[in-house]
Amino acid sequence: MSTPERVITYGEAVREAIAEEMRRDETVFFMGEDVAAAGGVFKVTVGLLDEFGDDRVRDTPISEAGIMGAGVGAALTGMRPIVEIMFGDFITIAMDQIVNQAAKMCYMTGGQASVPLTIRTTIGAGRSSAAQHSQSLQAWLSHIPGVKVAIPSTPADLKGLLKTAIRDDNPTVIYEDKMMYALKGPVPDDDDYTIPFGVADIKREGSDVSIVATSSMVHTALKAADMLEQEQISVEVVDPRTLSPLDMETIVRSVQKTSRAVVIDEAYQSYGVTGELASRISDEAFDYLDAPVKRLGAMDVPVPFSPGLEPETIPDEEKLVRTVQSLFHDVPV
Amino acid sequence: MTESLEIITTSSDEGTLPLNESLSREIYEKMLTIRRFEEAVLEIYTQGLMRGLAHLYIGQEASAVGICSALNDDDYLTSTHRGHGHLIAKGGKVDRMMAEMMGKVDGYNRGKGGTMHIADMSLGILGANGIVGGGMGMATGAALSGKMRNSGQVAVCFFGDGAINQGAFLESANLASVWSLPVLFVCENNHYGEYTAASDVTAVREHVAERAAGFDMPAVVVDGNDAVAVHQTAMEMVKRARAGEGPCLIENKTYRYRGHHVGDGDPEKTYRTQEETDTWLARDPIPRFARRMMKAGMVDETELDTIDATITGLVEDAVEFAKESPYPVADEVTDHVYA
Repeated sequence: MSTPERVITYGEAVREAIAEEMRRDETVFFMGEDVAAAGGVFKVTVGLLDEFGDDRVRDTPISEAGIMGAGVGAALTGMRPIVEIMFGDFITIAMDQIVNQAAKMCYMTGGQASVPLTIRTTIGAGRSSAAQHSQSLQAWLSHIPGVKVAIPSTPADLKGLLKTAIRDDNPTVIYEDKMMYALKGPVPDDDDYTIPFGVADIKREGSDVSIVATSSMVHTALKAADMLEQEQISVEVVDPRTLSPLDMETIVRSVQKTSRAVVIDEAYQSYGVTGELASRISDEAFDYLDAPVKRLGAMDVPVPFSPGLEPETIPDEEKLVRTVQSLFHDVPV
Repeated sequence: MTESLEIITTSSDEGTLPLNESLSREIYEKMLTIRRFEEAVLEIYTQGLMRGLAHLYIGQEASAVGICSALNDDDYLTSTHRGHGHLIAKGGKVDRMMAEMMGKVDGYNRGKGGTMHIADMSLGILGANGIVGGGMGMATGAALSGKMRNSGQVAVCFFGDGAINQGAFLESANLASVWSLPVLFVCENNHYGEYTAASDVTAVREHVAERAAGFDMPAVVVDGNDAVAVHQTAMEMVKRARAGEGPCLIENKTYRYRGHHVGDGDPEKTYRTQEETDTWLARDPIPRFARRMMKAGMVDETELDTIDATITGLVEDAVEFAKESPYPVADEVTDHVYA
């Protein structure tokens, strides 16, 4: 018997995941800038303050390092904090606490300490928020041993991964694409619905090329797949869902089937997620590849403000289609 | 601006010891254990038995012991790169600490942390820290946790004069104050951040504790080489924190007798004067406390020698324990990346 489903938004998935876990475990609490009374700048946490009160749903000062440090300390001492960093760009201010403290406590203490801290933050350009409110910095923390990183593309994935993160005994980061909060999708109607980290999801099956896509780029890949179908190119879309741990097994299996791979992610292309994924595919699936692995990330420029410029910098379905075509024909990318 | 600043530059009366005998002995023995431990660290470092960096706490013993003698076992503490004294004061075992100094498997952290990262979660020691100001957020969070769990626990955040200029101090002090968290911010002002005089780089009139006024929290400036004054201040501030009255800032004025770390040259030939060091040597917290114990009739010279011999033996045993302990096996390198 299959679990009944409901259609909710990506934003509602956040709220439901937090509320369900806070009901389930009284050590879970939530803090961040403007998250309580205002319900967050994207309004995704509206109602949590009313249900749980201001001890467990806390508005903080605008002090990213301080909030993160408090989250680490609370996590070390019996609580399971969820910390929101409003824009992923602001996580730079809290980096010491994540990279040098949270990520290393378990290891440095020889396993004595654990840091069950969940960090929620946003990524994604596309709303003319300019260079300090639009970046996709998921590569930064994926680079750090000791941190787990999820990058969900649908309401169902977001809800399941966020609930898993809250229950996990390690520092975890959920990168939510701020452009997707209104995106709707089916979610299993089950309070105990979770998705394990390290399990990729095939978002569309195909046989000619694998597009490995993250977050909003999954939807870009699905659109490109529709367009390429007209040209008789059958696209498989693989969503890793978590960058750390990374489910290479599923990715390699897909490439074994299709013999071609394109990687797409909204982080800056240089030294980023696409570079890592392309390298791993080349290493681990080399014998199956009929063409070089191609990749598509954001342009290596600060995200511009002007609507005339911003779209140029973000990977889109037209660029992706051209990239895929280049694997089959001699086309300029 | 300094309404809430209380200044205790010296202990009320050097001639008396207003603490009971068992507490006095405990304080003295802890301070001496730190001194002998650090001397042993200097020795093993010089012998090449310890690698990395060794930041010695020699001279500052009254600060750690005075504060920690006011704490319960389950209270929390965050420490610094100069953390050995804090750990011993909170109850850390010298043999497991010494093994960690040498990177051995019987060390507190199975050799993975070393001198700058020793923790004992069972004693509420949330770790020494290699980042200046790195423990401030953590101490604040531990206090928040204690408050949310209604456990009555307090958190002590030890840091140096260097860390008072970190942004983390402002963010943590503000948060602790607005949420009325049971944190004692304890600035051990040893007057030098690495090789730079604090007075050259800190915009305060005289005491770094003046900064507390901006966070609506009380501050006390204490003679940090007087274990009695530090202890009495800590007792009062811990009581206040447990009663839900919020954080405070304690500035323990003290001095490190050695350099920033072992092997970094002679401070008196570069960034500080012999006269200044001599002034502070005359205030050495350990003989000072011993004289008061003797005046109070708690001990005599012979007994002090016996205590020293016992502690020296304990530290020597710790060094032997550490030497005999093996390095962790290579397979352990990937353990504990994740819980």
